[in-house]
Amino acid sequence: MTINHMDFFKPKHQKNRNICLIMGVLFFSIGILDFYLNTYFNTNITSFLPRIINFFTPLIFSVIGLHLIRIEFSGIKILDNLNKNINTSNFNAALSTSIILLIIFAAPPLLNWLIFDANFAGNTKEACTGGGACWVYIKVWFNRFMYGMYPNAEQWRINVTFIAVLALMSVGFFVPLKLKKYLTIYYTLLLPLFSFTLIYYLISGGEFGLVWVETGAWGGLSLTFIVSFFSLIFCFPIGMMLALGRRSDLPIVKYSSLSFIEFWRGVPLITVLFMSAVMFPMFLPDGTYVDKLIRVVVAITLFEAAYTAEVIRGGLQALPRGQYDAAKSLGMGYWRLHLLVILPQALKLVIPGIANTFLALVKDTPLIFVVGLLEVVGMLNLAKTNPKWLGFSMEGYVFAGIIFWIICFSMSKYSQNLELKYKTDR
Amino acid sequence: MKIKKILPQVITLLFIVLIFSFFTMNAQENMETRGLDFGFGFLKESASFDIQFSLIDYDGSHSYARAYLVGLLNTLLVAVIGIILATLLGAVVGVARLSPNYLIRKTASFYIEFFRNIPLLLQIFFWYFAALRALPMPQDASLLLGSSFLTIKGLFTPAPIWTNFDVFFVTLIIAIILIFFFSRYAKKKQEQEGKRLPVLAISSAIFIGLPLLTFLIGGVDLSFSFPVIRQMSQSSYTFDGGMGIPPELIALTLALTLYTATFIAENVRAGIQGIGKGQKEAAASIGLTPSQVLKLVIMPQALRIIIPPTTNQYLNLTKNSSLAAAIAYPDLVLVFAGTAMMQTGRAIEIVGITMATYLTISLGISLLMNWYNKRIAIQEK
Repeated sequence: MTINHMDFFKPKHQKNRNICLIMGVLFFSIGILDFYLNTYFNTNITSFLPRIINFFTPLIFSVIGLHLIRIEFSGIKILDNLNKNINTSNFNAALSTSIILLIIFAAPPLLNWLIFDANFAGNTKEACTGGGACWVYIKVWFNRFMYGMYPNAEQWRINVTFIAVLALMSVGFFVPLKLKKYLTIYYTLLLPLFSFTLIYYLISGGEFGLVWVETGAWGGLSLTFIVSFFSLIFCFPIGMMLALGRRSDLPIVKYSSLSFIEFWRGVPLITVLFMSAVMFPMFLPDGTYVDKLIRVVVAITLFEAAYTAEVIRGGLQALPRGQYDAAKSLGMGYWRLHLLVILPQALKLVIPGIANTFLALVKDTPLIFVVGLLEVVGMLNLAKTNPKWLGFSMEGYVFAGIIFWIICFSMSKYSQNLELKYKTDR
Repeated sequence: MKIKKILPQVITLLFIVLIFSFFTMNAQENMETRGLDFGFGFLKESASFDIQFSLIDYDGSHSYARAYLVGLLNTLLVAVIGIILATLLGAVVGVARLSPNYLIRKTASFYIEFFRNIPLLLQIFFWYFAALRALPMPQDASLLLGSSFLTIKGLFTPAPIWTNFDVFFVTLIIAIILIFFFSRYAKKKQEQEGKRLPVLAISSAIFIGLPLLTFLIGGVDLSFSFPVIRQMSQSSYTFDGGMGIPPELIALTLALTLYTATFIAENVRAGIQGIGKGQKEAAASIGLTPSQVLKLVIMPQALRIIIPPTTNQYLNLTKNSSLAAAIAYPDLVLVFAGTAMMQTGRAIEIVGITMATYLTISLGISLLMNWYNKRIAIQEK
């Protein structure tokens, strides 16, 4: 007799309901309590049972409990909702119970480690006495994780630059309607130019009485931002050109774009970075030196441009032919047709895809450790080997994980918002 | 009108030729000044470095070409294990994401949102440097499942020792071919006569039975060597016998699987959601159970949507496996583009070979998948 046929347990009349309810809750509580005691107090209230069953008792008791309270149209709103959502069948009940047990098993130790037993106060390793995480480590190294080896006294320059670039980026929200049509030019040409000048003169320094800081000293989260920012604004126009090239009627343009895209999409980023580090200098005239950071940004840009191109091509293909025909019949040439009619619509369609590419870009930046540039993850690996602070790698990775998670998660949510905002029904 | 078509092409061509000739000229000049000559002769020279983990026989006396092969096999090993595990996990999570059960749905989406938004490199570092370092030393490790040890130095499991493995292997392949033909025959029979043969039962009987038969008559034998702990010096222990899986491989596989599975899960979800509601309702109304609806109606159609993006994920996983270099797992990048290049200094040839290898794998898989995709596409009339 399987559990499914235990219908005699089920209330046939509403008057049985309360008994079933009480019994069910009781069984469920016993199951949970048993598990709780097993995990945290090392006592086993069901130790009289054989060992094999004993291991599963929490699950069995809870599932029986859930089975008993699975009463259709009980008239109690909460119970009906509960049954509908987590307790539709015995299989579902078992899965729900497993998840609840898993949470009971994992959540308290995790929270203890993260918060309750963790050390926040102090400035040395000795301050970390509790069994939890040592956030002191993060506090002490925070500057390094943010700014790399950039001299402490000069860090305001990075902050100022970032605020300025953010301000430049948000121009789009404030311009009057009349100037909106120039925004594309602004974002593809002027913004990269302005930000490059800003970063060159402010962060690099060397002029206007600012101390020169070589790119090798840049690092930490600010480097992540710099690399992803530049790759991001450059890979977009290049990707657009490649996408148009791939759909062109001209065979040479078409096949050169195609092979370019397929080449970059076929190789891992790490080999591209290797190439930029060791192979690329061989291709330049003797004695020319291109800064490491620039080489990396160019490599990542070309790499991501190929992916962006494929995403944009998807958008171009999704547009109905009528759009092309209509624009052509108005006498528009190739560029006017694409810039005024096709691309604005195609780009709207591919917002999620583009956002995913950008997310991938941000998540790929830690790879630049290959060429010796240390952004957050690279700095973590450096800090981890510091003899004064051995043994805190876990805290470091958790910290970096949280930072990246916040960046990526908010970006993906923002792109979902954009998608909704620009959605056009066809 | 003609000039409009020719001019852009000429400019493109000129641009490409110029860049290539500029690079080649510089490269020639640079190599001359450094006394290098372009060529692949170095592949035959003996490599004289050791590799920690290798699937085939290898030591320092073997050639660079052999070292390349070791690296390639290690890359493929991670990729294949990762693809299998990620597909299984991704499919389960993708279905769970659409479960009517609130807890399961939320757990699945929590898992997806959590793991996909953290850089893969960071995850690899986390598993390797933080999580696996917390494992016990060999002498403190407890027995797992009565045979294995999970220690800071890796997972030590019993190793199979085969006699006449080739006989077994050939039989296995014959069994697979037999099953292939049998299922075609069964399908034909069902289409023509409407009879359904118990395909699954007979196939599994062939798959298990034939290889088992070789144990009786083919002289095949299988025994296991179990890992046994041995003291090397005062404080250093090691395992004898058995099969050692290095922690680098575990960390890499774990990270790749957990990361890629999130993307596969999203593909699976999108595929299932892409099937019209009417299909589900129609299937339910003829009395199929929810699991039958999924298996017989939804999945066959959803697979058409799921496969192309999932192929991309397989390719990504294969390419991402090159991050192995960061934790010193001897894959293609570390062995060849790392150690071998440091020793020979032949940047152009080695980076070129490495990239060409990945390119071949990528294009190979995508061609294969395009073919498969065409085969299963709906033939519209």
